[in-house]
Amino acid sequence: MNVIGKSISIDRQTSDSPVEKPGAGNPLVTPDSVKKPASHSNAQSLLLWFSGLQLQSFFIGTLSLTVGIVLWYLATKYNFNHFINFENVPSPLKVGAAFMIQLGDPEFYIHITVSIRRILIAYTIAVVLGVAIGVIVGRSKLARAAVIPYIEIIRPIPAVAWIPLAILMWPTEESSIVYITFLGALFPIILNTLHGVEQTPDVLVRAARSLGASKFAVFWHVVLPAALPSIAAGLAIGMGISWFSLLAGEIISGQYGIGYFTWDAYSLINYPDIVVGMLVIGGLGTLSTYLIKLMMKPALRWKEKQR
Amino acid sequence: MNADVISIYKNKIAEKNGGQEKRGRIDIEGVSIIFGSGADENIAVTETSLTINPGEFVCILGPSGCGKSTLLNSIAGYVTPSSGTVLVDDDEVAGPGPDRGMVFQQYSLFPWKTVLENIAFGPKLAGCSPDECSSIANTFLAMIGLTKIANTFPGELSGGMQQRVGIARALANYPRVLLMDEPFGALDAQTRIMMQESLLNIWAEFGITVVFVTHDVDEAIFLADRILVMSASPGSVIADLKVNLERPRKPELATSHDFVELKKQCLGYIRAESLKAFEQVGA
Repeated sequence: MNVIGKSISIDRQTSDSPVEKPGAGNPLVTPDSVKKPASHSNAQSLLLWFSGLQLQSFFIGTLSLTVGIVLWYLATKYNFNHFINFENVPSPLKVGAAFMIQLGDPEFYIHITVSIRRILIAYTIAVVLGVAIGVIVGRSKLARAAVIPYIEIIRPIPAVAWIPLAILMWPTEESSIVYITFLGALFPIILNTLHGVEQTPDVLVRAARSLGASKFAVFWHVVLPAALPSIAAGLAIGMGISWFSLLAGEIISGQYGIGYFTWDAYSLINYPDIVVGMLVIGGLGTLSTYLIKLMMKPALRWKEKQR
Repeated sequence: MNADVISIYKNKIAEKNGGQEKRGRIDIEGVSIIFGSGADENIAVTETSLTINPGEFVCILGPSGCGKSTLLNSIAGYVTPSSGTVLVDDDEVAGPGPDRGMVFQQYSLFPWKTVLENIAFGPKLAGCSPDECSSIANTFLAMIGLTKIANTFPGELSGGMQQRVGIARALANYPRVLLMDEPFGALDAQTRIMMQESLLNIWAEFGITVVFVTHDVDEAIFLADRILVMSASPGSVIADLKVNLERPRKPELATSHDFVELKKQCLGYIRAESLKAFEQVGA
């Protein structure tokens, strides 16, 4: 078994293995049909070009944000008031100062950790249930017929509309907030999982069966991995929406949480803190969505490399 | 070439069949396959009986829509005949299984598994240990000369390479027969010829029964021991032609007298069929 094929190397310039003997006796060795990627120097310049592009988009992004902050500053400095009123909007400098003060206040961190904890609990339950429901509904016609009407009716109801009923239904304020957060994350996860499961290529299922796969093996080795890119998208969207819903819940009830902090600042006419709260929400939402994407990345490595 | 692969393969088959040398004889007995019912009824295959001998390379040739893939799918077990039976080594086909390797026209490697994992998938399902799996997979990978791409994902490979891995994946299960549904249909002409030669080499080494569906007359003559020409509506075998060209076959063969004569014969059958279908539509 020492016959290694003819020099079928990914990069012909680096194919220097002495074991290779071209030709004779190797079935299925076709010298063409080999993908020939760019040569080394080309690859390097491609990399440079790409990182240049990344650098460029980073630079443009920073510049764009700076312009936005400057416009904000100017609008507040000159009390811009044509249709939109900036007179009571705090300036970026005031917001920055308020943020620094909050950073020194231990209670500020309690607000943040309480919100994060609610997100973690609600999101985790939503992921487990959402993926499970999505998979079952995607695989079973019966489950589909039974579950889809619920999804269609409940999905368009915004988180805020749930607040009164949630407070009446759940034993504690905490559980009603977690419930509302959970609902926000649940539907995008279900629907994306369902979509992913449905679009499993039939030929892959047939291939797996001809290789001896049982129903469960088909599910585990074909349906689930095929659905994974779509599930990952659902997880990221679900994370964004769960923040969205959390805030709705926290504004109405609760003693802590970054939503409560924001609303409380409004009641106390502490305008800079409103914007601090808003920006922290934006930052945490972005960060958590990014973390979800980062966590899913190893499982989707194959997708990146597709031509 | 690779004596180890062959001997492992042959021992494994004998072992599976209790020491008997069962080598992939296919008996199709009075098979009809009908899809739908009432007004939508579509007779894909009608009253077909034939025997494919162990080790034979058989091409099923016909225009598109003549039921040749349906007939192949009934051997694979994806389609259950409406009447009649399909036997492989006297065992009735009841569903798809690893004893009948399948190669599809569409690329069917699992894109989330590496090349090695794709080939190891069958052995893994058969209960081989991880070590055994990777050693079997490596053996077959070496056979198709692609050891260097063991850890790449299918999405990075050309169509020809993907199909070679697909063939290796099917063979890694030590099947009795290899069923191929227009496997080279999506490849360019040059790659196609290379793949045909390579497939013949594999077949010569393994002596496995191959049933190969194609609508390409040249491909059928170049590869087969025997060509079954199918006619459309209703699908049935209208000619069973022996191909008595010497092996190993070389691409130059395509211009030889015997090849051309056989081609004329095949084209005649197919043209008559196409004309019939054409006139039916016209009427």
